[in-house]
Amino acid sequence: MVSLTLEQLVIDIPARADGRALSFTIEPGQRWAVLGPNGAGKTTLLHTLAGLRQPRSGRILLNNRPLTDYRRKQLARQIAVVFQERFDGFPATVLETALIGRHPYMAPWDVETDDDMQIARQALAAMSLHSYEDRLVSTLSGGERQRLAFATAKTQQPAVWLADEPTNHLDLKHQVKIMKLLAAEASAQRGICMCLHDVNLASRWCSHAILLYPDGEACWGPADEMLQLPALQNLYDQKLSIAEDNGRRYFVPAETDDA
Amino acid sequence: MPRALAAFAAGGLLAVAGALMQVLLRNPLADPYVLGLSGGAAVAALLSMLAGLPPFAVSLAAFAGALASAILVFGLSHGSGSWTTTRLLLTGVVVSSGWGAVITFMLAVGPTEQLPGMLYWLMGDLAYARSPWPALIVLALSSLILLPLGRSLNVLARGPLQAAALGVAVRPLEWSIYASASLLTASAVTTAGSIGFIGLVVPHMLRLVLGNDQRKILPAAALAGGALLVLADTLARTSIAPEQLPAGVITALLGVPTFLYLLYRSR
Repeated sequence: MVSLTLEQLVIDIPARADGRALSFTIEPGQRWAVLGPNGAGKTTLLHTLAGLRQPRSGRILLNNRPLTDYRRKQLARQIAVVFQERFDGFPATVLETALIGRHPYMAPWDVETDDDMQIARQALAAMSLHSYEDRLVSTLSGGERQRLAFATAKTQQPAVWLADEPTNHLDLKHQVKIMKLLAAEASAQRGICMCLHDVNLASRWCSHAILLYPDGEACWGPADEMLQLPALQNLYDQKLSIAEDNGRRYFVPAETDDA
Repeated sequence: MPRALAAFAAGGLLAVAGALMQVLLRNPLADPYVLGLSGGAAVAALLSMLAGLPPFAVSLAAFAGALASAILVFGLSHGSGSWTTTRLLLTGVVVSSGWGAVITFMLAVGPTEQLPGMLYWLMGDLAYARSPWPALIVLALSSLILLPLGRSLNVLARGPLQAAALGVAVRPLEWSIYASASLLTASAVTTAGSIGFIGLVVPHMLRLVLGNDQRKILPAAALAGGALLVLADTLARTSIAPEQLPAGVITALLGVPTFLYLLYRSR
């Protein structure tokens, strides 16, 4: 049971005023969506939460202990990050790539054990990549690489998941698959925080939301309170309209005269 | 025999240094000289030749020159604040061409009777190799130290952010790669002059055969690089005997087509 707490946190975006300091806790089992227009600082926030960037002020606590008190390797056993951009300059197979998720658990001279292999293979199977084990990553499609990044993070067996645009490059079926994976992780009492562009994914899959405005303003709370038409129109500077289906509300960009 | 051992050590050092630089710069086409080490070594070595110093002093000067160049490039690319691998690479390339100009200048003004010796040194020549032991010891020690780092290097090859998220202390690791690769290259240059292509081609070829697991690549590079340079040096001594060629000519003659072929094949 691991919680991630933001205490008066101001992320460091050059040439931007401090705006509102963030103070909330990602409790085990919660699924947080980070929403905001391009350049609002979603990725910066996520990297700061992972301890990969210094905040301008404030601090982050993992289980009531400041992030800065942890060694990198200890952090990596608790927090997994799925990045938006990946570097595949060197040839590597799918299985090798998933296996690097075991790195935080291994001493320098350790070799991967059968257990490590099994954890990696299960993660690949969960992402329907089990038949790809020996394929080179460079031969995969964008969506397959995204699923592989999730398999690597799952191999890491984290208590907190931080995912940047988890549905990037994914077809609809695999979008649902990834969201189901994150939901299953949440019901196993893991904390989830993901940057999303799709408001409807946030309303369908997330329990909480934080809205980040380009000027540094922010608000946060339970998803159904946050995801309201006026706030979202304001956030994206875009008129929206609501469509309903089966009692669920969907936000879509409104038709405008000049569109 | 000492000459063969020296060739083995120098080749191994260069290949390991090349493999390290390729991971550090996250560029499979980097080589140990990309940061100007060979240029710095060459300038210092040629200067000491012009000054008429004995061979061991030439070797020492080469070592000092290589390290000085590594420190210079690192300091310059550091600038104010953080260094990025791109800046490191660019600084290295520019400093290298600076050294190149100085070398050309020295060759132009140098006395004619010294020119063949200077040219041979520049092309990589084991005739200056005296005792193989310093290089062999550096090679053995560095292999011991680097082997446990293999998996961290694998993770670093996925990019610094991903590596940090997987628990690698990225900055200290990059520092130690930089320092050890510089030390390895400086030792190699001291032993054998600036021999090209071993550091570039050997790790690259091994990757095609073994995949990109540094735990295999690093020891394999030490062996294959060593073996290749012994072969090249033997060819250099025997192909037009009793005349001798610099070993660097052979490695380049072997390396250039191999490398172009690999590039051509890799789309």
